[in-house]
Parts: sequence; structure tokens; C-alpha cells
Amino acid sequence: MSTAALRHELGAFVGFLERQRNLYRRFWAWEAVWFVYSMVSVMSIGYLATGLAATGIGGGIDLRAIQLYLLAGSMLWSYLSLVFMEVAYAVGWERWEGTIEYTFMAPVKRATHLLGICVFSVIYGLARTAVVVAVSLLVFHVDLSHADLAAAGLVLAAATVPLIGLGILIAILPLLAPEKGEQMSTALQGLFLLVSGVYYPVSVLPLPLQAVGVLSPLTYTLSAIRDALLHRAHAGALLPQIGLLLLMGVLLIPAALWLFSLAERRAKRLGTLKRSG
Amino acid sequence: MLTVAEATPVPRRTAPAVELRGVSKRFRTRPGGPPWRRGPATEKTALHALDLEMRAGGITGIIGVNGSGKSTLIRILATLMVPDTGTARVFGHDVVADADAVRRRINRVSVEAAFFKELSPWENLLYAARLYGTVDDARPRAESVLRRLGLPADAMDRPMKQLSRGQQQKVAIARSFLTTPSLLLMDEPTTGLDPHSKRDVQRLIEVLRDERDVTIVLCTHDLAEAEALCDRIVILEAGAVVADAPPAELCTSGQSLEAVFLRMTGHSIGDDTEERS
Repeated sequence: MSTAALRHELGAFVGFLERQRNLYRRFWAWEAVWFVYSMVSVMSIGYLATGLAATGIGGGIDLRAIQLYLLAGSMLWSYLSLVFMEVAYAVGWERWEGTIEYTFMAPVKRATHLLGICVFSVIYGLARTAVVVAVSLLVFHVDLSHADLAAAGLVLAAATVPLIGLGILIAILPLLAPEKGEQMSTALQGLFLLVSGVYYPVSVLPLPLQAVGVLSPLTYTLSAIRDALLHRAHAGALLPQIGLLLLMGVLLIPAALWLFSLAERRAKRLGTLKRSG
Repeated sequence: MLTVAEATPVPRRTAPAVELRGVSKRFRTRPGGPPWRRGPATEKTALHALDLEMRAGGITGIIGVNGSGKSTLIRILATLMVPDTGTARVFGHDVVADADAVRRRINRVSVEAAFFKELSPWENLLYAARLYGTVDDARPRAESVLRRLGLPADAMDRPMKQLSRGQQQKVAIARSFLTTPSLLLMDEPTTGLDPHSKRDVQRLIEVLRDERDVTIVLCTHDLAEAEALCDRIVILEAGAVVADAPPAELCTSGQSLEAVFLRMTGHSIGDDTEERS
């Protein structure tokens, strides 16, 4: 790719970030509502652990550790589901507005288009989750004395790579099914929630579900972040998981882009890119 | 990839602006319901092995009732739809195999002004300019076009949803100008506009024809508009070309274009069938 071509793609990449930022700015009130929803979800899980302690059901187990275990899963899930939803919604939104034909007609690589949307979603997801984390730490007085926050951050950064791949995969759904694609992405999120060990160790699942969980990058992300937060696992000890996450991302992103191109070709063959007219 | 401004003009001079050879497109519709209860799929031919050539420069009008294949033809040229058979070339570049090169040379104004309705005209135009690499002086250029179209200056920064349909269509035309296309595909750009807005748009198309080095394909229902603006008129009927000549040649012996249309197709332009393409 020539320097001029690269400059053009970078300009378009900025265009996608800018477009998303402008849209979120216009819909700030709705974003505030979604933020409250995320906060409520995380706090419900936090109080679940607190409730266990209050009822005495926990017995001799370390309920503080359980609370951190559940909160880590809940906050991470809040972040991941937000990114999934935003990426899938970006394509669905374009269909709804009717702008998708104009975006697909523009002289821009599809990778630039999708990565622009994914990167914005990741940045926005991290910012919103950071506020949720800060509030949760204050409310639940979470004990982070056994946590290696730098290692947890490193895992989160590595997890972003396969997350972008998954985001692109999920963005295919509204392209395949104009009316129900977004709901399908919610169903897929549910599968990740079940098999990735968000609120429990994957080992408690039946073997077939464990086998599916092995394929989910979220499984390794959650396991490594919990090791960092609960057992002060340092970055060196988490290198295998970090390496695996990066490898999954390196495989997932090109595969997802390829599958998206197939879905795009199908939509152009069947004439389903447009919403009407 | 080259930016629009850097795209080489060489093929434009040597190849026709548009060249269609045996281009056909069929759409299959499946009835709803579970697979075991569905009836057979129905097929509709939108284009019948179309052969057509348009020289660079000038305005070619495509007229036909709804469902005659006009929008399908425009979408194929805009790389938004893949033909079932044949080849379509824009300035010598195949719309499927060399879609990137085609996209650098085209833009489209459709009957529906597709925008992010919560964003302002300027935010929408800036997004388009970034995708086409034409950001330099984008604001004054856009303001100049919109002034010529009679859009109030304060409309530039109001949400699109607050603008009338005519005003939105003017912004759509400004968007297509901003990207300096060599081939402008206009799919019923004046349909549904009030007479004043319609005249503004038609005047701008005349300016384009007279002052700029751009080829225009204008799909319209308005026969007076086609007669006034177009150097050549193609009448499409059920996906096939039934007439193709300059307006003066079509309207020999003082016949109106409406009478010619009636003679060629067997019905009036007002006898629209349901849109299927």
C-alpha cells in the first residue's frame, strides 16, 4: 500500500471514530441511561455476594474473595457486552438510517471501516467501565491488597485484540438478517456468558459446554484477570494466557473480516443491503 | 489506494463512462413461515441482459415506471449489487472485480436522502469527505453548494431531522459534489420535492452539465425534467431497453416525450407498478 493510500485509509479511520463520537454526543441522554443500567447490573452482583454473607449461606468460605470474583466477572462482562452491542448496533444503525449503502460505496477498505467502529467501541467501553469499576470499588470497599493491577491491565489490553475479532463477527449478523440480526447478536452474547465462566469457574459446566468454553477468548481473559486480582499473579506468570489471547486475535480478526466480506457479497447478490427502495 | 483527487483520469478519456454487456439481475422472494409450510419461491427479473454504453460527459436520462429496473441498474453501477450475468464497467473498471477503482470515481444521490438524522449536515458532510479524502476546504465548498441550492446558512449545524425533505435532498446533492465524482448516479433526486426545491436541484444539475467534467446518469419519473436536462434518454421497461436516443430524435414530428413513452411501453409513466428493485 502506498503512502498516499495509507494516508487516505487513516483519514477514513478518523472519519469513523469522529462519526461515532458525534453520534454518542447527540445521544448522551440514552448513554446515561445505559450507564445506569451497567451500574445496576454490576451492583446487583456485588450485593449478591454481600447477601450470601448476611444470610450465613456462605459458611466458612471467604466471602470478600467471592465478592471480588463475582465483581470481576460482572465488570468485565459489562465491558465485553457493551463492545459487542455497540459494534453490532453500528451496522444495524446504518441499515436503519439508510446510510449503509453510502458507507459501502465509499472508497474505503472494509477493514478500516470495521476497525474504526471496533476501536471506538473499545475506547468508549473502557471509559464507561472505568467509571463503573471506580464506583463499585467505593461502594463495596473491595480488597485489592492481593491484586496485581498492572498484570490485570495487560490481560485486558491483550483481550482487546480477539474482542475486536469477535465484534466484527457479531457485526455480520445484522448484515445477514436485516430485521433480526441485532437480536441474534444478543443471543450469541448469551452463549458467551454461559460458557466463558463469567460468574463461575468453567469447570462446573458439563463437558460439552466446557469444550465450547475452550474456544472463547473470554474464558482466558476472565481466568487471567481473576488470577491477577485475587492471587496477585504477575504479568510473567500470565504470559501463556496473554500469548493465547493475542494468538486468538491474530487468527480471529482476518477470519472475521473474511467472513464479513462473504456476508457483504451475499447481501449484494440478494439485494438486501438496502432497507427499502 | 489513491484518493479521489489523485485517481488517474487516463481511463476516463479512453473508455466509455459506463459500459454494460449482457447485465442481468433476478430477485428471488421466499414466502415467510417455517420451511415445511412455505410455498415455492417467486422470481422477478429486474434486468434482462442489458447492453448499454454511455460516453463520458453529458447527462443520460433513464426513465421508466417503478419496478422497471432503474434503481437496480444504479445499484450495480454503484458497486452495491452484483449482476447475475454480464459485465458492467465504469471508465473501464469492472464494478465487481475492480470495485475500489470504481468507487473512487462515482457518487450517488438516491430518492431518499440517507443521513444520520441526529447529526447536522456539516457532521454528515465531514464524514463523507473523510471517507473520500476530500477534507481540505470541505466546509467552504459545502457552504457554496448549499448556498446555490438555497439552503439557509444556519441549517448547516442543525440536526438533519429538523430539515425538510427538500432541504435534506439538497444536502445529499452537496455530499455528492464534495467528493468530486467523475460519474454521478442520480436516482430520482427530485421526486417528492416541492416545485421550488425541484427547480433549484434541476438548475444545479444544469450547472454541473455545463461547467464540470462529470458524467451524470439521471433516473427520473419526470419526463419534462428528462427532456430539459438530458442529452440522451433511455427508456427502460420491465428490465429491458425499449428506446435509446437523444430527446430530439425520440420526439420527432412534435410528439411529446410522454406520447413517446406511451407508444414504446404501452402505458403512461404514471401507471406505476409496485417497486421491486
